[in-house]
Amino acid sequence: MAEFTLDDLITALKEAAGADEGIALDDILDVPFADLGYDSLALFNTLNTIERERGITLPDETVVEATTPRMLLDAVNLGLATAG
Amino acid sequence: MTDVVVTGIGVVAPNGWGVAEYWDATLAGRSGLGPLTRFDSTGYRAHVAGEVNFTPEEHLPGRLLPQTDHMTRLALVAAEEALADAGADPTTMPDFSAGVVTAASAGGFEFGQKELQALWSKGPAYVSAYQSFAWFYPVNTGQISIRHGMRGPGSALVAEQAGGLDALAKARRHVREGTALMLAGAVDGSLCPWSWLCLSRSGTVSPRRDPQRAFLPFDADASGGVPGEGGALLVLETPDGAAERGQHRHYGRIAGYAATFDPRPGSGRPPGLRRAIDTALADAGIGPSDVDVVFADASGVAERDRAEAEVLGAVFGPRGVPVTAPKTMTGRLLAGGAPLDVAAALLSLRDGVIPPSVHIGRPAHPDLDLVRDRPRPARLGSALVLARGHGGFNSALVLTS
Repeated sequence: MAEFTLDDLITALKEAAGADEGIALDDILDVPFADLGYDSLALFNTLNTIERERGITLPDETVVEATTPRMLLDAVNLGLATAG
Repeated sequence: MTDVVVTGIGVVAPNGWGVAEYWDATLAGRSGLGPLTRFDSTGYRAHVAGEVNFTPEEHLPGRLLPQTDHMTRLALVAAEEALADAGADPTTMPDFSAGVVTAASAGGFEFGQKELQALWSKGPAYVSAYQSFAWFYPVNTGQISIRHGMRGPGSALVAEQAGGLDALAKARRHVREGTALMLAGAVDGSLCPWSWLCLSRSGTVSPRRDPQRAFLPFDADASGGVPGEGGALLVLETPDGAAERGQHRHYGRIAGYAATFDPRPGSGRPPGLRRAIDTALADAGIGPSDVDVVFADASGVAERDRAEAEVLGAVFGPRGVPVTAPKTMTGRLLAGGAPLDVAAALLSLRDGVIPPSVHIGRPAHPDLDLVRDRPRPARLGSALVLARGHGGFNSALVLTS
C-alpha cells in the first residue's frame, strides 16, 4: 500500500480537526502536536480518519505516544506494512 | 448589596448580526422570521423559523469548526462582541478572575443528530470524537472559557426558555462574591429535523406558513410560538471594578431577580409568575409603580398569554405599564430569548425608547398596554424582563439605569 506522507497527514488533520490559521503546517515533522494546536481529542479524531481511509487499525496507545508528526507517520506506515 | 452592572453586550439574532444591527432592525420593526430553509419542512407540523445564517469560516478559527454545533459558533461570535464592547480581554486578567455562565435548552442538538446519522448510515468509524462534548449542555460555557482564558466560575443552567435570566442572576452572584468579570446569558437554537420534530409536536409551536401570521402573542389569532436561534451574552462587573480597568460606561444594573416553579397541574394553586415578579421587585427594592416597561415572555399560546396578561394586570393595574415583545421579530430563541430581551431592555434604557411588538393586529387583552408596530419614546429608569420555560419555570429580572 502507498506510503503515508506528511501531506496525507496534514490533509487528515485538517479534515478531522481543522487548522489554526495562525500556525503554518510546513516543516513540522518534529514539532509536537501540542505546539501545532492539536490536543489528544484532535489526534484521536485524526487517527480515526486515517484508520478508516487506509483500512488499518492502530494500537490505542498511538494517540498518546505519537507526539510529533514524524512519530505518527512512522506508526501509520508500520501499521500499513503490517497490514500489507 | 454590591451593584452589578452590564458593561458589554453581544448579540446574534435572526433580525440582526451584532448589537447595532439588531437594535436598528428592532426599532424599525424589521422581522427576521421566514420560511424554514435549513431543511425541507414537508411532513412536519411547523414551517416558519427565525434563522441566523452565516459563514462560520469568516468569523471563527478553523480549529473550532469540526468541534462545534451551529449554536456554539453563534455563541462564540456573541461572546467576542460582548467582551470587545466591554473593552475587556480576560487573557490579560489574573487567573480565575473571569468566568462564564450560560443557559442551554438542548445543547448541540444538531451536532448530535449528524453524528447519529453517521453512526447508523455509515458505521462507528465515521462518528466524530468531538461528539463527546459538542452536544453537551455546558459546551458554550466551556468553549467560551477556553477561547478567552476565563478560568473563574464556569457553569451552565438548564431551565428551558427561562434559564437565560437564571444565568445572569448566577453571574451577578459570582461578581458579588468577588469574581471581577462574568460573561453570562445564552445563545441557543437547533433548527435541525430531529429538534424540529420535537419542538413542533410540543403543542406550543404555530403551524402557520405565513411568517407575518405565525407568531402573534397577545393577539386574538394567537396560534403558538415560532422557534428561532440566537441570543445575547452580557459582561457583568461592579462599577468600581470596571472603572479600575478604565471602563466607566455601563448599560444599567441587574437590580433584581427571582425564579419560581409552577405548582403541580391540577393543584388549584396559581402559577408562579406573579411570585417571581413580586420577589424580583422586592430584590431590586422597588415597587410596581417604579417599573417603566415590561418585556413579556409572550408565549404565543393563547392560554399562556392570558395567564401572563392577568398577572401583569394584577401587579401593575389595567394598562399600568407599557408591555412589549420584540421577540415577535426573532421568534422564541429557546434559552437565548430572555437574554436577548435583557439586551433590548438595556438598550431601551440607554436610548429612552421602547421597541415595538410586530404583526399583532387584534389585541386580545384590552388591559394590556402593548407597544405595537412603532417604537415608543419614554423616560425609562427601569425595566422588567419575564421568561417562562416549558414544564413550570418562571424567571423575572429587573434592570435599572
